[in-house]
Amino acid sequence: MADQLAIGSRRGLKPALPLLLPAYLWLTVAIFLPLSAMVFFSFMTDLPLAGKEWAFTLGNYAAFFSQSLYSTLLFASLRLGLEVTLWCIVIGYPAAYVLAKVLKGRSREAIFLLVILPFWSNGLVRIFSWAMVLREGGILDTALNAVLPFKINIDLMYSYPAVIIGLVHSYVPYMVLTCYLTLQAIDDSLIEAGRSLGASRRQVLWRVIIPLSMPGLIAGAALIFVPVVGSFMEPRILGGRTGTFYGTVIEDQFVAVFNWPLGAALSFILLAVVLIILALAAPVLRRAA
Amino acid sequence: MRMPRLTAFLTATAVFVSAFTFAAQAAEEVHVLNWKGYGADEPWAVANFEKATGFKVVNDFFNSEQEMLTKIRTNPGLYDVVMINAAFNDQAMAGKLIQPIDVSKLSNYADIAKDKAGSPMLNHDGKVYGVPWVWGLTALAINDKSFDKPPTSIAEMWDPAHKGRVIIRDDAVEAVQFGAIASGQNINDIKDMEAVKAKLTSLMPQIKTFWSSENDWNQMLASNQIDIGTYWSGSADRAKTHFKLPVSLVIPQEGAVAWLDAFSIPVGSKNVAGAEAFINYMIDPKFYVEWVTKVGAPVSANTKAVDALPEDAFNRKVMGSPEVAKRIQFQAPVTDEQREKYLALWQELKVNVK
Repeated sequence: MADQLAIGSRRGLKPALPLLLPAYLWLTVAIFLPLSAMVFFSFMTDLPLAGKEWAFTLGNYAAFFSQSLYSTLLFASLRLGLEVTLWCIVIGYPAAYVLAKVLKGRSREAIFLLVILPFWSNGLVRIFSWAMVLREGGILDTALNAVLPFKINIDLMYSYPAVIIGLVHSYVPYMVLTCYLTLQAIDDSLIEAGRSLGASRRQVLWRVIIPLSMPGLIAGAALIFVPVVGSFMEPRILGGRTGTFYGTVIEDQFVAVFNWPLGAALSFILLAVVLIILALAAPVLRRAA
Repeated sequence: MRMPRLTAFLTATAVFVSAFTFAAQAAEEVHVLNWKGYGADEPWAVANFEKATGFKVVNDFFNSEQEMLTKIRTNPGLYDVVMINAAFNDQAMAGKLIQPIDVSKLSNYADIAKDKAGSPMLNHDGKVYGVPWVWGLTALAINDKSFDKPPTSIAEMWDPAHKGRVIIRDDAVEAVQFGAIASGQNINDIKDMEAVKAKLTSLMPQIKTFWSSENDWNQMLASNQIDIGTYWSGSADRAKTHFKLPVSLVIPQEGAVAWLDAFSIPVGSKNVAGAEAFINYMIDPKFYVEWVTKVGAPVSANTKAVDALPEDAFNRKVMGSPEVAKRIQFQAPVTDEQREKYLALWQELKVNVK
């Protein structure tokens, strides 16, 4: 039996090669080569365009450590990533639970569609819609004042909460989808068994449902945390004067001041920090999963 | 004997035909790179130019001077005409991004004000690298609904009454030069950076958000979210004339930053003749008068164009007045070191605001 398995896996690679080739070729051309070029740029003093002189340097990486500005911003971005992930769990997990365990048939499909819907619209359109809702005299302000007997002034636009709202809205579907998949896979009889053996609803949640759906939670959290730390569009449009984050500074280096080497170096520092965080969290997460 | 000759003949014909069609194709289009909504992309202007010359105009836009430089650096040969602030002309020329212009082909060039045409920022080694188009000010613009009487001093931006209703552009150089004027310094020779920093630091809590395009500014004003902010004179005129917004330009007594916008032809342009025709059309008095009346514009560098405006026109009366000329400071080129220093200061200010 064991021999057969071994032969099977040895045979496996060769026939699989033609199937793998397109994907790996694509990854090489579209991801690996440009990324290597960026690594190369990050060690250069200047871009070799228009016959400019350039040399190799570590200065771009040193710039990160010599100015407190970048580390301050990186911490702000990591905090933003954590907060957005947390809110996505708070909002997304119960929604996924209801979708997986409570709703059935048509109503589940309808609710599912509503969760997926933001995915089908352009990110910029979503952000500008939020701008119309959140600003003073915007939809939220007008609607609340029309209903409430007293006058309140809601102006969330150009603030930290506005950035959080915009990002949570963009990323919450990831959390719903990943949690839905793991929650759906939990056998209902396990929950019934727990209940019949005397566990309270709360105990069933903490001892059965959450541990079993942990892989989905973790996958969702990683899918959300990583892009949010590097986000720049939402902070720039919704954040106003408080919208400066690590991602916007990287964007500035590429678009505004044409300092690609520094922008590339800052990006790779971010990549390294995110990888370190994920690596540190790996043992804990593996145990939990 | 016959075969090679026939082959040679055919090859020559093929080369000739392909060269001809290539030239014809390339000659049809003039690719223009400019700010969005800044004259060159007006539909009526494009239509007039296309009708008069037979060239087809293809517009592309940028949101900052650095983006413009990035676009011509990374797309060599794509653009035929590019609008460059004179203070950036040096940098573009040194980077071999733009080529000398044969001004004898531009019939309107002779009417350009001598001080603008002869600007050392646009002329290098006796060659012209930029044709002055319009000039204007980075001054203040106010929301007419928020003021009974227009303010006269730049200090209005720091007035606690406008807290959270002030807007400035997200641009390091502009912010630092604005700080220099507010602290009574020469924008091209800032001696006391600490004073600039202190001024801007105290301005930060007043600010609602940063703008980067005219559209941002106009939308903030249209939704009545701002009282006062830095703005370009041409843009303020356009907001008033074209978009009918309650905006007034204020040239503060402390002064304002003046800039000169010019047209250049990038190296590798496939249609230099079309580019020359387009630039000549852009500095034509007829185009300018129509632009000011229909849309609103900065001040033309062409003296005949300004003289063609009505006597009481803002661009002729106020901007042309010697009293204003004394107050304004023309922007000189900024070196890379200065720019990086300004950017570092600006980023620090933006981070500390949290």
